[in-house]
Amino acid sequence: MKTTAIIGIGNEFRRDDGVGRFAARQLAKRAGDGIVVHESNGEALSLMELWSEAATVILIDAAEATSDAGTVHRLDASEDALPSDFLHASTHTFSVAEAIEMARSLDRLPETVIVYGIQVADTGHGTGLTAEAEHGAQEAVERILQELP
Amino acid sequence: MSDPPEKYSAPDGDAFNGTRTIRVDYLARVEGEGALHLEIKDGRVDDLKLKIFEPPRFFEAFLQGRSFREAPDITARICGICPVAYQMSACNAMEDAAGVAVDGPLRELRRLLYCGEWIESHALHVFLLHAPDFLGYESGIEMAGDHRGIVEMGLQLKKAGNAIGTFLGGREIHPVNVKVGGFYKTPRKRDFAELAETLRRAVDAAEKTVQWAAQLPFPDFEQDYEFVSLSHPEEYPMNAGRIVSNRGLDIDVPAYEENFEETHVPYTNALHSLRKGGAAYFVGPMARYSLNFDRLTPRSQAAARNAGLGEVCRNPFKSIIVRSVEILYACEEALRVIGAYEEPDAPAVEVEAGGATGYGCTEAPRGLLYHRYTMGADGLIDSAKIVPPTSQNQKQIENDLWNLVPQYMDLADDKLQWRCEQAIRNYDPCISCSTHFLKIHKRESSD
Repeated sequence: MKTTAIIGIGNEFRRDDGVGRFAARQLAKRAGDGIVVHESNGEALSLMELWSEAATVILIDAAEATSDAGTVHRLDASEDALPSDFLHASTHTFSVAEAIEMARSLDRLPETVIVYGIQVADTGHGTGLTAEAEHGAQEAVERILQELP
Repeated sequence: MSDPPEKYSAPDGDAFNGTRTIRVDYLARVEGEGALHLEIKDGRVDDLKLKIFEPPRFFEAFLQGRSFREAPDITARICGICPVAYQMSACNAMEDAAGVAVDGPLRELRRLLYCGEWIESHALHVFLLHAPDFLGYESGIEMAGDHRGIVEMGLQLKKAGNAIGTFLGGREIHPVNVKVGGFYKTPRKRDFAELAETLRRAVDAAEKTVQWAAQLPFPDFEQDYEFVSLSHPEEYPMNAGRIVSNRGLDIDVPAYEENFEETHVPYTNALHSLRKGGAAYFVGPMARYSLNFDRLTPRSQAAARNAGLGEVCRNPFKSIIVRSVEILYACEEALRVIGAYEEPDAPAVEVEAGGATGYGCTEAPRGLLYHRYTMGADGLIDSAKIVPPTSQNQKQIENDLWNLVPQYMDLADDKLQWRCEQAIRNYDPCISCSTHFLKIHKRESSD
Protein backbone atom coordinates (compact mmCIF):
# COMPACT_ATOMS: atom_id res chain seq x y z
CA MET A 1 0.00 0.00 0.00
CA LYS A 2 1.27 3.45 -0.85
CA THR A 3 2.07 5.48 2.23
CA THR A 4 3.08 8.93 3.31
CA ALA A 5 6.76 9.20 4.13
CA ILE A 6 8.33 11.94 6.22
CA ILE A 7 12.10 12.30 5.94
CA GLY A 8 14.14 14.56 8.22
CA ILE A 9 17.46 15.38 6.58
CA GLY A 10 20.70 16.78 7.95
CA ASN A 11 23.82 16.42 10.03
CA GLU A 12 23.19 16.87 13.73
CA PHE A 13 26.88 17.49 14.38
CA ARG A 14 26.63 20.78 12.50
CA ARG A 15 24.22 22.50 14.87
CA ASP A 16 21.15 23.75 12.97
CA ASP A 17 21.87 21.48 10.01
CA GLY A 18 20.24 18.81 12.18
CA VAL A 19 16.93 20.69 12.36
CA GLY A 20 15.21 18.33 9.90
CA ARG A 21 16.15 15.29 11.96
CA PHE A 22 14.95 17.03 15.14
CA ALA A 23 11.57 17.72 13.57
CA ALA A 24 11.33 14.14 12.26
CA ARG A 25 11.84 12.75 15.78
CA GLN A 26 9.01 14.89 17.07
CA LEU A 27 6.77 13.71 14.24
CA ALA A 28 7.67 10.05 14.81
CA LYS A 29 6.07 10.36 18.26
CA ARG A 30 2.94 12.11 17.06
CA ALA A 31 2.15 10.99 13.50
CA GLY A 32 -0.56 8.36 13.12
CA ASP A 33 -0.72 4.99 11.38
CA GLY A 34 0.28 4.84 7.75
CA ILE A 35 2.91 7.55 8.21
CA VAL A 36 6.49 6.35 7.97
CA VAL A 37 9.12 8.65 9.48
CA HIS A 38 12.80 8.41 8.51
CA GLU A 39 16.00 10.29 9.19
CA SER A 40 18.60 10.66 6.46
CA ASN A 41 21.95 12.28 5.72
CA GLY A 42 20.46 13.37 2.38
CA GLU A 43 22.37 10.95 0.14
CA ALA A 44 20.41 10.91 -3.12
CA LEU A 45 20.14 7.18 -3.62
CA SER A 46 19.07 6.60 -0.02
CA LEU A 47 16.38 9.24 -0.35
CA MET A 48 15.03 7.53 -3.45
CA GLU A 49 14.93 4.25 -1.53
CA LEU A 50 13.19 5.83 1.44
CA TRP A 51 10.39 7.33 -0.64
CA SER A 52 10.12 4.45 -3.15
CA GLU A 53 6.91 3.06 -1.60
CA ALA A 54 5.32 6.43 -0.87
CA ALA A 55 2.59 8.30 -2.71
CA THR A 56 3.42 11.43 -0.72
CA VAL A 57 6.77 12.43 0.71
CA ILE A 58 7.39 15.32 3.08
CA LEU A 59 11.04 16.32 3.34
CA ILE A 60 12.28 18.51 6.18
CA ASP A 61 15.69 20.10 5.78
CA ALA A 62 17.78 23.07 6.82
CA ALA A 63 17.32 25.99 4.43
CA GLU A 64 19.44 28.93 3.48
CA ALA A 65 17.26 31.79 2.28
CA THR A 66 17.15 35.50 2.90
CA SER A 67 14.76 35.18 5.79
CA ASP A 68 15.02 35.40 9.56
CA ALA A 69 16.43 32.41 11.37
CA GLY A 70 13.72 29.91 12.24
CA THR A 71 11.44 30.93 9.37
CA VAL A 72 9.61 27.92 7.92
CA HIS A 73 9.28 27.69 4.14
CA ARG A 74 6.92 25.24 2.51
CA LEU A 75 7.47 24.37 -1.14
CA ASP A 76 5.62 21.99 -3.41
CA ALA A 77 8.17 20.17 -5.61
CA SER A 78 5.63 17.76 -7.12
CA GLU A 79 5.71 19.52 -10.47
CA ASP A 80 8.47 22.12 -10.38
CA ALA A 81 12.12 22.07 -9.37
CA LEU A 82 13.24 23.67 -6.14
CA PRO A 83 15.51 26.70 -6.30
CA SER A 84 18.95 25.09 -6.62
CA ASP A 85 20.53 27.08 -3.78
CA PHE A 86 17.64 26.81 -1.36
CA LEU A 87 18.59 23.74 0.65
CA HIS A 88 21.88 23.16 2.39
CA ALA A 89 23.99 21.50 -0.29
CA SER A 90 27.05 19.32 0.16
CA THR A 91 29.93 19.21 -2.30
CA HIS A 92 30.31 15.53 -1.54
CA THR A 93 27.16 14.19 -3.01
CA PHE A 94 24.00 15.35 -4.68
CA SER A 95 22.00 17.93 -2.83
CA VAL A 96 18.43 17.17 -1.82
CA ALA A 97 17.19 19.41 -4.63
CA GLU A 98 19.33 17.42 -7.08
CA ALA A 99 18.08 14.14 -5.64
CA ILE A 100 14.52 15.26 -6.34
CA GLU A 101 15.39 16.23 -9.90
CA MET A 102 17.27 12.98 -10.52
CA ALA A 103 14.24 11.03 -9.29
CA ARG A 104 11.95 13.14 -11.47
CA SER A 105 14.09 12.28 -14.54
CA LEU A 106 13.88 8.59 -13.68
CA ASP A 107 10.15 8.58 -12.84
CA ARG A 108 11.01 7.66 -9.26
CA LEU A 109 9.38 10.61 -7.55
CA PRO A 110 6.20 10.20 -5.48
CA GLU A 111 3.10 11.96 -6.80
CA THR A 112 3.27 14.59 -4.09
CA VAL A 113 6.56 16.04 -2.87
CA ILE A 114 6.42 18.68 -0.17
CA VAL A 115 9.58 20.27 1.18
CA TYR A 116 9.74 22.11 4.47
CA GLY A 117 12.87 24.25 4.73
CA ILE A 118 13.75 25.79 8.06
CA GLN A 119 16.03 28.80 7.97
CA VAL A 120 19.22 28.07 9.89
CA ALA A 121 21.18 30.44 12.15
CA ASP A 122 24.33 28.44 12.90
CA THR A 123 25.76 25.47 11.02
CA GLY A 124 29.11 25.45 12.79
CA HIS A 125 30.61 22.39 14.43
CA GLY A 126 28.81 20.99 17.46
CA THR A 127 25.49 19.54 18.53
CA GLY A 128 22.27 21.24 19.62
CA LEU A 129 19.98 23.62 17.76
CA THR A 130 19.82 27.37 18.22
CA ALA A 131 16.61 28.61 19.84
CA GLU A 132 15.50 30.05 16.49
CA ALA A 133 15.94 26.76 14.63
CA GLU A 134 14.20 24.79 17.39
CA HIS A 135 11.29 27.21 17.27
CA GLY A 136 11.14 26.77 13.49
CA ALA A 137 11.19 23.00 13.89
CA GLN A 138 8.24 23.13 16.29
CA GLU A 139 6.28 25.29 13.85
CA ALA A 140 7.07 22.90 10.98
CA VAL A 141 5.95 19.92 13.07
CA GLU A 142 2.56 21.53 13.81
CA ARG A 143 2.02 22.51 10.18
CA ILE A 144 2.95 19.03 8.93
CA LEU A 145 0.59 17.37 11.42
CA GLN A 146 -2.21 19.55 10.08
CA GLU A 147 -1.63 18.52 6.50
CA LEU A 148 -1.21 14.78 7.10
CA PRO A 149 -4.10 12.63 5.89
CA MET B 1 34.89 12.76 -28.50
CA SER B 2 31.45 14.22 -28.12
CA ASP B 3 31.14 17.89 -28.63
CA PRO B 4 29.84 19.98 -25.78
CA PRO B 5 26.20 21.04 -26.10
CA GLU B 6 25.39 23.40 -28.90
CA LYS B 7 24.70 26.26 -26.57
CA TYR B 8 28.46 26.57 -26.30
CA SER B 9 29.17 29.04 -29.03
CA ALA B 10 32.23 29.89 -31.07
CA PRO B 11 34.08 33.05 -30.14
CA ASP B 12 34.73 35.97 -32.43
CA GLY B 13 37.56 35.28 -34.86
CA ASP B 14 39.78 37.79 -33.12
CA ALA B 15 39.63 35.81 -29.94
CA PHE B 16 42.22 33.40 -31.32
CA ASN B 17 44.87 36.09 -31.43
CA GLY B 18 46.44 37.92 -28.54
CA THR B 19 45.65 36.79 -25.02
CA ARG B 20 42.87 34.39 -24.08
CA THR B 21 41.99 33.70 -20.50
CA ILE B 22 39.91 30.69 -19.49
CA ARG B 23 38.71 30.86 -15.94
CA VAL B 24 36.65 28.21 -14.24
CA ASP B 25 35.89 29.77 -10.89
CA TYR B 26 34.19 26.72 -9.45
CA LEU B 27 34.87 23.28 -10.84
CA ALA B 28 31.68 21.25 -11.07
CA ARG B 29 31.31 17.51 -10.61
CA VAL B 30 34.37 17.17 -8.39
CA GLU B 31 34.45 16.76 -4.62
CA GLY B 32 35.27 20.05 -2.95
CA GLU B 33 36.12 23.53 -4.09
CA GLY B 34 38.64 24.17 -6.83
CA ALA B 35 39.24 26.43 -9.80
CA LEU B 36 41.25 26.48 -13.01
CA HIS B 37 43.13 29.45 -14.42
CA LEU B 38 44.45 29.12 -17.96
CA GLU B 39 46.15 31.87 -19.90
CA ILE B 40 47.02 31.59 -23.57
CA LYS B 41 49.30 34.15 -25.17
CA ASP B 42 49.90 34.29 -28.91
CA GLY B 43 48.65 30.75 -29.39
CA ARG B 44 50.71 29.20 -26.59
CA VAL B 45 49.86 28.24 -23.03
CA ASP B 46 51.37 31.01 -20.93
CA ASP B 47 50.08 30.14 -17.50
CA LEU B 48 48.05 27.29 -16.04
CA LYS B 49 47.07 26.77 -12.44
CA LEU B 50 44.77 24.25 -10.80
CA LYS B 51 43.75 26.17 -7.72
CA ILE B 52 42.31 24.42 -4.72
CA PHE B 53 40.71 27.05 -2.54
CA GLU B 54 38.88 24.77 -0.16
CA PRO B 55 40.35 25.78 3.18
CA PRO B 56 42.96 23.60 4.89
CA ARG B 57 41.38 21.23 7.37
CA PHE B 58 44.19 20.58 9.85
CA PHE B 59 43.28 16.95 10.51
CA GLU B 60 46.91 16.11 11.24
CA ALA B 61 46.83 18.69 14.04
CA PHE B 62 43.47 17.42 15.38
CA LEU B 63 45.02 13.99 15.78
CA GLN B 64 47.78 15.14 18.09
CA GLY B 65 47.04 14.16 21.67
CA ARG B 66 44.32 11.67 20.71
CA SER B 67 44.54 7.95 21.35
CA PHE B 68 45.90 5.78 18.55
CA ARG B 69 42.57 3.94 18.69
CA GLU B 70 40.70 7.06 17.57
CA ALA B 71 42.62 7.60 14.34
CA PRO B 72 40.38 5.44 12.11
CA ASP B 73 37.21 7.27 13.12
CA ILE B 74 38.73 10.77 13.11
CA THR B 75 40.40 10.38 9.73
CA ALA B 76 37.28 8.79 8.21
CA ARG B 77 35.71 12.22 8.55
CA ILE B 78 38.13 13.63 5.99
CA CYS B 79 35.95 12.27 3.21
CA GLY B 80 32.33 11.16 2.79
CA ILE B 81 33.15 9.24 -0.40
CA CYS B 82 36.21 7.29 0.75
CA PRO B 83 36.04 7.00 4.56
CA VAL B 84 36.98 3.31 4.40
CA ALA B 85 40.29 4.20 2.76
CA TYR B 86 41.15 6.50 5.66
CA GLN B 87 40.11 3.89 8.19
CA MET B 88 42.16 1.20 6.49
CA SER B 89 45.34 3.25 6.15
CA ALA B 90 45.03 4.41 9.78
CA CYS B 91 44.47 0.84 11.03
CA ASN B 92 47.40 -0.46 8.99
CA ALA B 93 49.66 2.25 10.42
CA MET B 94 48.65 1.56 14.02
CA GLU B 95 49.02 -2.20 13.58
CA ASP B 96 52.42 -1.62 11.98
CA ALA B 97 53.43 0.47 15.01
CA ALA B 98 52.34 -2.37 17.29
CA GLY B 99 53.96 -5.07 15.19
CA VAL B 100 50.62 -6.85 14.82
CA ALA B 101 49.40 -8.48 11.60
CA VAL B 102 45.63 -8.73 11.10
CA ASP B 103 45.12 -11.83 9.01
CA GLY B 104 42.63 -14.51 8.06
CA PRO B 105 38.90 -13.67 8.03
CA LEU B 106 39.44 -10.18 9.48
CA ARG B 107 41.80 -9.29 6.65
CA GLU B 108 39.28 -10.67 4.17
CA LEU B 109 36.42 -8.67 5.70
CA ARG B 110 38.49 -5.50 5.38
CA ARG B 111 38.97 -6.32 1.73
CA LEU B 112 35.22 -6.80 1.34
CA LEU B 113 34.53 -3.41 2.92
CA TYR B 114 37.07 -1.81 0.60
CA CYS B 115 35.34 -3.46 -2.40
CA GLY B 116 32.14 -1.72 -1.32
CA GLU B 117 33.85 1.64 -1.27
CA TRP B 118 35.44 1.15 -4.70
CA ILE B 119 32.10 0.10 -6.21
CA GLU B 120 30.20 3.00 -4.69
CA SER B 121 32.80 5.66 -5.42
CA HIS B 122 33.58 4.48 -8.96
CA ALA B 123 29.88 4.11 -9.86
CA LEU B 124 29.19 7.68 -8.75
CA HIS B 125 32.07 8.99 -10.81
CA VAL B 126 31.62 6.85 -13.92
CA PHE B 127 27.90 7.41 -14.37
CA LEU B 128 27.05 10.71 -12.77
CA LEU B 129 30.21 12.82 -12.77
CA HIS B 130 32.32 11.73 -15.75
CA ALA B 131 29.86 10.27 -18.28
CA PRO B 132 28.11 13.63 -18.83
CA ASP B 133 31.42 14.97 -20.20
CA PHE B 134 31.50 12.32 -22.91
CA LEU B 135 27.82 12.52 -23.77
CA GLY B 136 27.56 16.30 -23.81
CA TYR B 137 25.47 17.02 -20.72
CA GLU B 138 25.94 19.58 -18.02
CA SER B 139 25.04 17.12 -15.27
CA GLY B 140 24.05 13.58 -14.46
CA ILE B 141 20.52 14.78 -13.84
CA GLU B 142 20.27 16.23 -17.35
CA MET B 143 21.77 13.03 -18.74
CA ALA B 144 19.26 10.86 -16.85
CA GLY B 145 16.42 12.24 -18.96
CA ASP B 146 17.94 10.85 -22.18
CA HIS B 147 19.89 7.87 -20.85
CA ARG B 148 17.64 6.50 -18.19
CA GLY B 149 18.79 2.88 -18.51
CA ILE B 150 22.43 3.85 -18.11
CA VAL B 151 21.80 5.99 -15.06
CA GLU B 152 19.61 3.28 -13.52
CA MET B 153 22.49 0.83 -14.01
CA GLY B 154 24.82 3.25 -12.26
CA LEU B 155 22.44 3.64 -9.35
CA GLN B 156 22.10 -0.14 -9.12
CA LEU B 157 25.87 -0.49 -8.83
CA LYS B 158 26.18 2.33 -6.35
CA LYS B 159 23.48 0.70 -4.28
CA ALA B 160 25.43 -2.58 -4.29
CA GLY B 161 28.48 -0.75 -2.98
CA ASN B 162 26.38 1.01 -0.36
CA ALA B 163 24.94 -2.36 0.66
CA ILE B 164 28.39 -3.69 1.53
CA GLY B 165 29.12 -0.55 3.56
CA THR B 166 25.86 -0.81 5.46
CA PHE B 167 26.20 -4.56 6.03
CA LEU B 168 29.76 -4.53 7.27
CA GLY B 169 30.37 -0.96 8.32
CA GLY B 170 27.07 -0.32 10.11
CA ARG B 171 26.02 2.48 7.78
CA GLU B 172 26.70 3.52 4.21
CA ILE B 173 28.70 6.69 4.95
CA HIS B 174 31.37 6.91 7.65
CA PRO B 175 31.21 3.27 8.78
CA VAL B 176 31.28 2.82 12.54
CA ASN B 177 32.27 -0.85 12.78
CA VAL B 178 35.99 -0.56 11.98
CA LYS B 179 38.58 -0.51 14.76
CA VAL B 180 42.32 -0.90 15.09
CA GLY B 181 42.82 -4.67 15.12
CA GLY B 182 39.67 -5.54 13.16
CA PHE B 183 35.98 -4.83 13.77
CA TYR B 184 33.65 -4.22 16.69
CA LYS B 185 31.34 -6.93 15.40
CA THR B 186 31.71 -9.47 12.62
CA PRO B 187 28.87 -11.05 10.64
CA ARG B 188 27.66 -14.64 10.79
CA LYS B 189 28.15 -16.63 7.60
CA ARG B 190 24.42 -17.07 7.14
CA ASP B 191 23.91 -13.28 7.15
CA PHE B 192 25.49 -12.82 3.71
CA ALA B 193 22.76 -14.36 1.52
CA GLU B 194 20.95 -11.16 0.52
CA LEU B 195 24.18 -9.22 -0.04
CA ALA B 196 25.56 -12.01 -2.21
CA GLU B 197 22.44 -11.94 -4.38
CA THR B 198 22.76 -8.17 -4.80
CA LEU B 199 26.39 -8.60 -5.83
CA ARG B 200 25.65 -11.37 -8.33
CA ARG B 201 23.33 -8.99 -10.14
CA ALA B 202 25.93 -6.24 -9.82
CA VAL B 203 28.57 -8.36 -11.58
CA ASP B 204 26.40 -8.53 -14.68
CA ALA B 205 25.67 -4.81 -14.55
CA ALA B 206 29.37 -4.07 -14.11
CA GLU B 207 30.29 -6.16 -17.13
CA LYS B 208 27.75 -4.22 -19.21
CA THR B 209 29.21 -1.01 -17.82
CA VAL B 210 32.65 -1.89 -19.21
CA GLN B 211 31.12 -2.55 -22.64
CA TRP B 212 29.16 0.69 -22.51
CA ALA B 213 32.15 2.78 -21.39
CA ALA B 214 34.28 1.32 -24.17
CA GLN B 215 32.10 2.81 -26.90
CA LEU B 216 32.35 6.38 -25.60
CA PRO B 217 34.38 8.69 -27.84
CA PHE B 218 37.96 9.21 -26.65
CA PRO B 219 40.55 11.73 -27.82
CA ASP B 220 43.99 10.49 -28.83
CA PHE B 221 45.96 11.51 -25.75
CA GLU B 222 48.51 8.90 -24.72
CA GLN B 223 50.92 10.21 -22.09
CA ASP B 224 54.17 8.87 -20.68
CA TYR B 225 53.38 8.64 -16.96
CA GLU B 226 55.19 7.31 -13.96
CA PHE B 227 52.42 5.14 -12.51
CA VAL B 228 52.66 4.50 -8.76
CA SER B 229 50.54 2.01 -6.83
CA LEU B 230 50.69 -0.75 -4.31
CA SER B 231 51.55 -4.17 -5.63
CA HIS B 232 50.99 -7.49 -3.94
CA PRO B 233 52.13 -10.83 -5.39
CA GLU B 234 48.83 -12.61 -4.77
CA GLU B 235 46.09 -10.03 -5.19
CA TYR B 236 44.98 -6.88 -6.94
CA PRO B 237 46.10 -4.20 -4.48
CA MET B 238 43.77 -2.72 -1.87
CA ASN B 239 45.01 -3.08 1.69
CA ALA B 240 48.54 -4.36 1.37
CA GLY B 241 51.64 -4.45 -0.78
CA ARG B 242 54.84 -2.68 -1.71
CA ILE B 243 54.85 0.70 -3.42
CA VAL B 244 55.99 0.22 -7.00
CA SER B 245 56.19 2.18 -10.23
CA ASN B 246 56.75 1.45 -13.90
CA ARG B 247 60.10 3.26 -13.58
CA GLY B 248 61.71 0.90 -11.13
CA LEU B 249 60.43 2.11 -7.79
CA ASP B 250 59.92 -0.84 -5.44
CA ILE B 251 59.84 0.10 -1.77
CA ASP B 252 58.27 -0.86 1.53
CA VAL B 253 55.64 1.55 2.83
CA PRO B 254 57.94 3.07 5.52
CA ALA B 255 60.28 4.28 2.76
CA TYR B 256 57.53 6.46 1.22
CA GLU B 257 58.86 9.76 2.57
CA GLU B 258 62.38 8.96 1.38
CA ASN B 259 61.03 8.79 -2.16
CA PHE B 260 58.26 11.39 -2.27
CA GLU B 261 58.04 14.94 -0.98
CA GLU B 262 55.31 17.50 -0.54
CA THR B 263 55.80 21.12 -1.47
CA HIS B 264 53.69 24.16 -0.89
CA VAL B 265 52.61 26.02 -4.02
CA PRO B 266 51.35 29.57 -3.38
CA TYR B 267 48.15 29.41 -5.43
CA THR B 268 46.66 26.27 -3.95
CA ASN B 269 45.71 25.08 -0.48
CA ALA B 270 46.65 21.50 -1.34
CA LEU B 271 50.29 20.50 -1.20
CA HIS B 272 51.82 19.20 -4.42
CA SER B 273 53.30 15.77 -3.88
CA LEU B 274 56.22 14.94 -6.14
CA ARG B 275 58.87 12.28 -6.55
CA LYS B 276 62.06 13.33 -4.79
CA GLY B 277 63.78 15.38 -7.46
CA GLY B 278 60.61 17.12 -8.54
CA ALA B 279 58.84 14.85 -11.03
CA ALA B 280 55.08 14.43 -11.11
CA TYR B 281 53.59 10.94 -10.87
CA PHE B 282 50.23 9.31 -11.35
CA VAL B 283 48.16 7.40 -8.76
CA GLY B 284 44.69 5.92 -9.05
CA PRO B 285 42.80 3.29 -11.03
CA MET B 286 44.87 3.65 -14.21
CA ALA B 287 48.12 3.22 -12.25
CA ARG B 288 46.74 0.23 -10.33
CA TYR B 289 45.46 -1.35 -13.52
CA SER B 290 48.65 -0.82 -15.49
CA LEU B 291 50.88 -2.18 -12.74
CA ASN B 292 48.66 -5.08 -11.68
CA PHE B 293 46.72 -6.26 -14.74
CA ASP B 294 47.80 -9.88 -14.24
CA ARG B 295 46.17 -9.96 -10.78
CA LEU B 296 42.69 -9.07 -12.06
CA THR B 297 40.24 -11.96 -12.38
CA PRO B 298 40.02 -13.69 -15.77
CA ARG B 299 36.54 -12.22 -16.30
CA SER B 300 37.75 -8.68 -15.56
CA GLN B 301 40.78 -9.15 -17.81
CA ALA B 302 38.53 -10.42 -20.61
CA ALA B 303 36.15 -7.49 -20.18
CA ALA B 304 39.08 -5.07 -20.37
CA ARG B 305 40.45 -6.71 -23.50
CA ASN B 306 37.03 -6.76 -25.14
CA ALA B 307 36.80 -3.07 -24.35
CA GLY B 308 39.98 -2.49 -26.33
CA LEU B 309 42.25 -1.88 -23.36
CA GLY B 310 45.75 -3.31 -23.38
CA GLU B 311 47.49 -4.40 -20.21
CA VAL B 312 48.63 -0.81 -19.76
CA CYS B 313 46.42 2.23 -20.30
CA ARG B 314 48.08 5.63 -20.82
CA ASN B 315 45.12 7.66 -22.03
CA PRO B 316 43.60 9.34 -18.96
CA PHE B 317 40.27 9.87 -20.74
CA LYS B 318 39.98 6.07 -20.83
CA SER B 319 40.14 6.01 -17.04
CA ILE B 320 36.34 5.74 -17.23
CA ILE B 321 36.79 2.26 -18.77
CA VAL B 322 39.44 1.35 -16.21
CA ARG B 323 37.16 2.41 -13.34
CA SER B 324 34.43 0.25 -14.87
CA VAL B 325 36.81 -2.73 -14.96
CA GLU B 326 37.63 -2.10 -11.30
CA ILE B 327 33.91 -2.05 -10.46
CA LEU B 328 33.59 -5.46 -12.12
CA TYR B 329 36.66 -6.74 -10.29
CA ALA B 330 35.44 -5.42 -6.93
CA CYS B 331 32.04 -7.08 -7.38
CA GLU B 332 33.70 -10.41 -8.23
CA GLU B 333 36.19 -10.06 -5.40
CA ALA B 334 33.44 -9.26 -2.90
CA LEU B 335 31.63 -12.44 -3.93
CA ARG B 336 34.85 -14.44 -3.58
CA VAL B 337 35.36 -13.14 -0.04
CA ILE B 338 31.76 -13.92 0.88
CA GLY B 339 31.97 -17.43 -0.59
CA ALA B 340 35.16 -18.28 1.29
CA TYR B 341 34.23 -16.58 4.57
CA GLU B 342 34.87 -18.42 7.81
CA GLU B 343 33.69 -16.75 10.98
CA PRO B 344 36.67 -15.45 12.99
CA ASP B 345 37.29 -16.48 16.61
CA ALA B 346 37.10 -12.86 17.71
CA PRO B 347 36.06 -9.67 15.91
CA ALA B 348 39.45 -8.04 16.53
CA VAL B 349 42.96 -8.77 17.74
CA GLU B 350 44.56 -6.85 20.60
CA VAL B 351 46.73 -3.92 19.53
CA GLU B 352 48.88 -1.69 21.74
CA ALA B 353 50.62 0.96 19.70
CA GLY B 354 52.35 3.12 22.30
CA GLY B 355 55.91 4.41 21.94
CA ALA B 356 56.31 3.62 18.28
CA THR B 357 55.94 4.92 14.75
CA GLY B 358 53.72 3.15 12.25
CA TYR B 359 53.17 3.43 8.51
CA GLY B 360 50.08 2.54 6.52
CA CYS B 361 49.32 2.72 2.83
CA THR B 362 46.24 1.48 1.02
CA GLU B 363 44.55 2.01 -2.33
CA ALA B 364 41.71 4.50 -1.98
CA PRO B 365 39.35 4.62 -4.98
CA ARG B 366 41.40 7.59 -6.25
CA GLY B 367 44.78 6.04 -5.51
CA LEU B 368 47.55 5.68 -2.96
CA LEU B 369 46.69 6.95 0.54
CA TYR B 370 49.67 7.20 2.91
CA HIS B 371 49.47 7.60 6.72
CA ARG B 372 52.28 7.87 9.26
CA TYR B 373 51.80 8.23 13.03
CA THR B 374 54.15 8.48 15.96
CA MET B 375 52.74 7.66 19.38
CA GLY B 376 54.09 8.47 22.82
CA ALA B 377 54.47 5.75 25.44
CA ASP B 378 50.93 6.56 26.62
CA GLY B 379 49.49 5.65 23.21
CA LEU B 380 48.61 9.24 22.37
CA ILE B 381 49.49 10.50 18.92
CA ASP B 382 52.48 12.87 18.88
CA SER B 383 52.52 13.48 15.14
CA ALA B 384 50.57 12.45 12.08
CA LYS B 385 51.11 12.73 8.36
CA ILE B 386 48.47 11.98 5.74
CA VAL B 387 49.06 12.17 1.99
CA PRO B 388 45.82 11.69 0.01
CA PRO B 389 45.67 10.70 -3.66
CA THR B 390 44.46 14.01 -5.04
CA SER B 391 47.44 15.94 -3.71
CA GLN B 392 49.65 13.32 -5.35
CA ASN B 393 47.87 13.73 -8.69
CA GLN B 394 47.61 17.51 -8.59
CA LYS B 395 50.85 18.22 -10.47
CA GLN B 396 50.07 15.46 -12.97
CA ILE B 397 46.66 17.00 -13.68
CA GLU B 398 48.36 20.30 -14.47
CA ASN B 399 50.88 18.52 -16.69
CA ASP B 400 48.02 16.86 -18.61
CA LEU B 401 46.45 20.25 -19.19
CA TRP B 402 49.73 21.78 -20.38
CA ASN B 403 49.94 18.96 -22.94
CA LEU B 404 46.25 18.85 -23.84
CA VAL B 405 45.48 22.51 -24.45
CA PRO B 406 47.83 22.89 -27.47
CA GLN B 407 45.87 20.10 -29.24
CA TYR B 408 42.65 22.10 -28.86
CA MET B 409 43.92 25.64 -29.32
CA ASP B 410 41.50 26.28 -32.18
CA LEU B 411 38.42 25.53 -30.08
CA ALA B 412 36.19 28.33 -28.88
CA ASP B 413 36.81 29.33 -25.28
CA ASP B 414 33.75 27.56 -23.93
CA LYS B 415 34.56 24.31 -25.76
CA LEU B 416 38.18 24.49 -24.63
CA GLN B 417 36.98 25.01 -21.08
CA TRP B 418 34.74 21.94 -21.40
CA ARG B 419 37.69 19.82 -22.56
CA CYS B 420 39.88 21.07 -19.71
CA GLU B 421 37.25 20.30 -17.11
CA GLN B 422 36.81 16.84 -18.56
CA ALA B 423 40.58 16.29 -18.33
CA ILE B 424 40.52 17.30 -14.65
CA ARG B 425 37.63 14.93 -13.98
CA ASN B 426 39.69 12.11 -15.54
CA TYR B 427 41.31 11.97 -12.10
CA ASP B 428 38.06 12.05 -10.07
CA PRO B 429 39.77 14.61 -7.84
CA CYS B 430 38.67 14.76 -4.24
CA ILE B 431 39.59 18.27 -3.32
CA SER B 432 38.17 18.06 0.19
CA CYS B 433 40.61 15.25 0.93
CA SER B 434 43.57 17.05 -0.54
CA THR B 435 43.55 20.17 1.57
CA HIS B 436 46.01 19.66 4.28
CA PHE B 437 48.72 22.17 4.77
CA LEU B 438 52.39 22.52 5.43
CA LYS B 439 53.17 22.79 9.08
CA ILE B 440 54.37 26.33 9.78
CA HIS B 441 57.48 26.43 11.90
CA LYS B 442 57.59 29.75 13.69
CA ARG B 443 61.03 30.84 14.69
CA GLU B 444 61.40 33.91 16.80
CA SER B 445 64.68 35.69 16.95
CA SER B 446 65.97 38.67 18.76
CA ASP B 447 68.79 41.05 18.04
